[in-house]
Amino acid sequence: MVDFIVQLLIGAFNGISIGSVLLISALGLAIVFGLMGVINLAHGELMMLGAYTTFFVQNIFNALGDPWAQVYTIAAIPAAFLVAALVGLILERGVIRFLYGRPLETLLATWGVSLILRQLVRTTISARNVDVTAPAWLRGGLQIPTGNIPIQLPYARMFIIVLTIACVVGVYFFLNASSWGLRIRSVTQNREMSACLGIPTATVDALTFAIGSGLAGIAGCAITLLGSVGPNTGQNYIIDTFMVVVVGGVGNLFGSIVSAMVIGIVTYLIGSGTFAVLLSPMDSMQPVVAFFEFFASSSMAKVMVFALIIGFLQIKPAGIFPQKGRTAEL
Amino acid sequence: MVQPNIGRRKFLLYGTAALGTSILLKACGAPPEDTETTTEEGGDETASSGSGDSGDTIKVGILHSLSGTMAISETTVVDAEQLAIKEINAAGGVLGKQIEAVIEDGESDWPTFAEKAGKLIDQDEVAVVFGCWTSASRKAVLDVFESKDHMLWYPVQYEGQECSKNIFYTGAAPNQQIEPAVDWLLENKGKQFFLVGSDYVFPRTANTVIKEQLKANGGETVGEDYLPLGNTEVTPIITKIQQALPDGGVIFNTLNGDSNVAFFKQMQGAGLTPDKYPVMSVSVAEEEVRQIGPEFLVGHYAAWNYFQTVDTPENEKWVADFKAEYGDDRVTNDPMEAAYIMVYLWKQAVEEAGTTDLEAVRAAAIGQTFDAPEGLVTMNANHHISKTVRIGEVNEEGLFDIVFSTDGPVDPQPWNQYVPETKGFACDWSDPEKGGKYKVEA
Repeated sequence: MVDFIVQLLIGAFNGISIGSVLLISALGLAIVFGLMGVINLAHGELMMLGAYTTFFVQNIFNALGDPWAQVYTIAAIPAAFLVAALVGLILERGVIRFLYGRPLETLLATWGVSLILRQLVRTTISARNVDVTAPAWLRGGLQIPTGNIPIQLPYARMFIIVLTIACVVGVYFFLNASSWGLRIRSVTQNREMSACLGIPTATVDALTFAIGSGLAGIAGCAITLLGSVGPNTGQNYIIDTFMVVVVGGVGNLFGSIVSAMVIGIVTYLIGSGTFAVLLSPMDSMQPVVAFFEFFASSSMAKVMVFALIIGFLQIKPAGIFPQKGRTAEL
Repeated sequence: MVQPNIGRRKFLLYGTAALGTSILLKACGAPPEDTETTTEEGGDETASSGSGDSGDTIKVGILHSLSGTMAISETTVVDAEQLAIKEINAAGGVLGKQIEAVIEDGESDWPTFAEKAGKLIDQDEVAVVFGCWTSASRKAVLDVFESKDHMLWYPVQYEGQECSKNIFYTGAAPNQQIEPAVDWLLENKGKQFFLVGSDYVFPRTANTVIKEQLKANGGETVGEDYLPLGNTEVTPIITKIQQALPDGGVIFNTLNGDSNVAFFKQMQGAGLTPDKYPVMSVSVAEEEVRQIGPEFLVGHYAAWNYFQTVDTPENEKWVADFKAEYGDDRVTNDPMEAAYIMVYLWKQAVEEAGTTDLEAVRAAAIGQTFDAPEGLVTMNANHHISKTVRIGEVNEEGLFDIVFSTDGPVDPQPWNQYVPETKGFACDWSDPEKGGKYKVEA
């Protein structure tokens, strides 16, 4: 029985750790796409810039020697935030502000920007992937003594979960407890009225976009712990981030949190075959077991998750938490 | 409506300007056309051979992805090919003529590969094409080379089950890489295998072969999983490995590209260490080790024909030459070595044939031998080469310690002998009766 509970907890941990990667990648987009209505296809490239910033910070700290080399990840987080926020700011001032209220043009323009950023990295740095290695204390894992299967919870995953919680809490307080947060909310709800009341809407737009971009930079720093860093890194995450925001309900941060966790846990349970294992003792469920066994591989789990999402959006087209009342104008 | 604002006067003005420009362009365009016809008349003899042998240079095509997701790997192969061409030219060229390389970018996009292959053959009239990396790109150009009856040299290990008259394969067939690796693992590391691969043609075909081989040799496939290309979430696979192999076992890895980085980083995080879960990779060479980070790979294995650490005088010289040309921080690996030697094998075939005529070169290529960095290689009648097979263990410097190598070169078998559909078939292009796929008499 103890074993079963441990297994369940480990399953929950793995699901949440997949979900937290999704959430931290999608958090910036939840602000940019959710609050401002900008379909930013360059979001993945902002993550990629965050990852490259981590790479450079790593190289600088490694050159400084050992006490520094162990803590470069901590220093890389604000650096990645700043670099991505700065690029986001330039992007907003240079391109996106001319396209507010024209989602299709924004889509094409930001896709173009993403191509430019990718090619820029290819030509200026290298087309090859770069090697970002986590410091030793993030590389191992916490041993869990279980009966037959040795389990280790990776420190890198725990670090990402903590970082995600910190970002979510930070964004929540910024939006709900600071005066700039208040202005952002008022501008996204009614731009003209806010302008009449003396809120500098252009500054607010730039700030909001920069913060969303900066969060993408932090996500980029986090994913270096798990995956590769190269010019195409952003492309590996962009679809998932849009999926999270759309399922969660555009304009609702809490919806993004719930949807990221649900998608993470469902992906894990289907992909690892846990569903099939859980149901297998029941005789009457055999056809269902066979069904889940068929989907118990990474690529098939993805198919299944997308199918579930399409089904879900048929019932609730505006996501888990649709905006109520008069929606904010775009 | 915006359009009808152009008045009559403006219409006349723009119209005249347009007409004038087009006449001017035509006038400028004409002379080169003329010169082209004259050269064709003058050079009638060379044009008829249609194989890049014109004047004092021989044109060869190089067709790899210089941009897109495969550029990471394929640009290194281009470097190796150009080094070989440079060396040959410095030593006097082929048939007394300098080699001129025409480089085309396949853009990691398979239809583009086919289009560029056609361009190299028809427009540049090259004598031979060196190119491709992924099996998908090779399959895309296969039709072009067969329909135009031209020649491609292909430098990468692949899944086999193909033997074209128009392609020479200098990478490993499965029996020169995957099969010896599986045998070695069965003997030294365990009987229970978990197969992990990217979700496309090479890993799926390779795993079919591995499963048949394990069945025949007393091993067991306890599970398999495929990641979509570019996917970096490995947690579900790690759980499946832990459930299928609670006491440790062998992992056979045919992942390609970015997924490898995620796989090894997350394996280590989850505590799957090489002493209990040794991973055998067939797409991780020196270049990839550098990108993943040796910290995550130490103690894992890879199977290739060539490692930078191979101890032959030819290899010592080649590694030194390569570093002198491209920089000290560069590494050499198996596909690069295969690309380097194929240029030499083609050169020897041309010299033996005494011409770049495709039919003659094709016949002369069979039986060519070369003292390659990996050891002696021989081109077989089935257009694949005999190679030595090696298994390496990653060390802390990111290079491989060779833990196993075959006594001598292993002869290639393009048609797999474990898969029921191709068992008993072989390929022989030296004999017109036999061709690409014939049943061997028992």
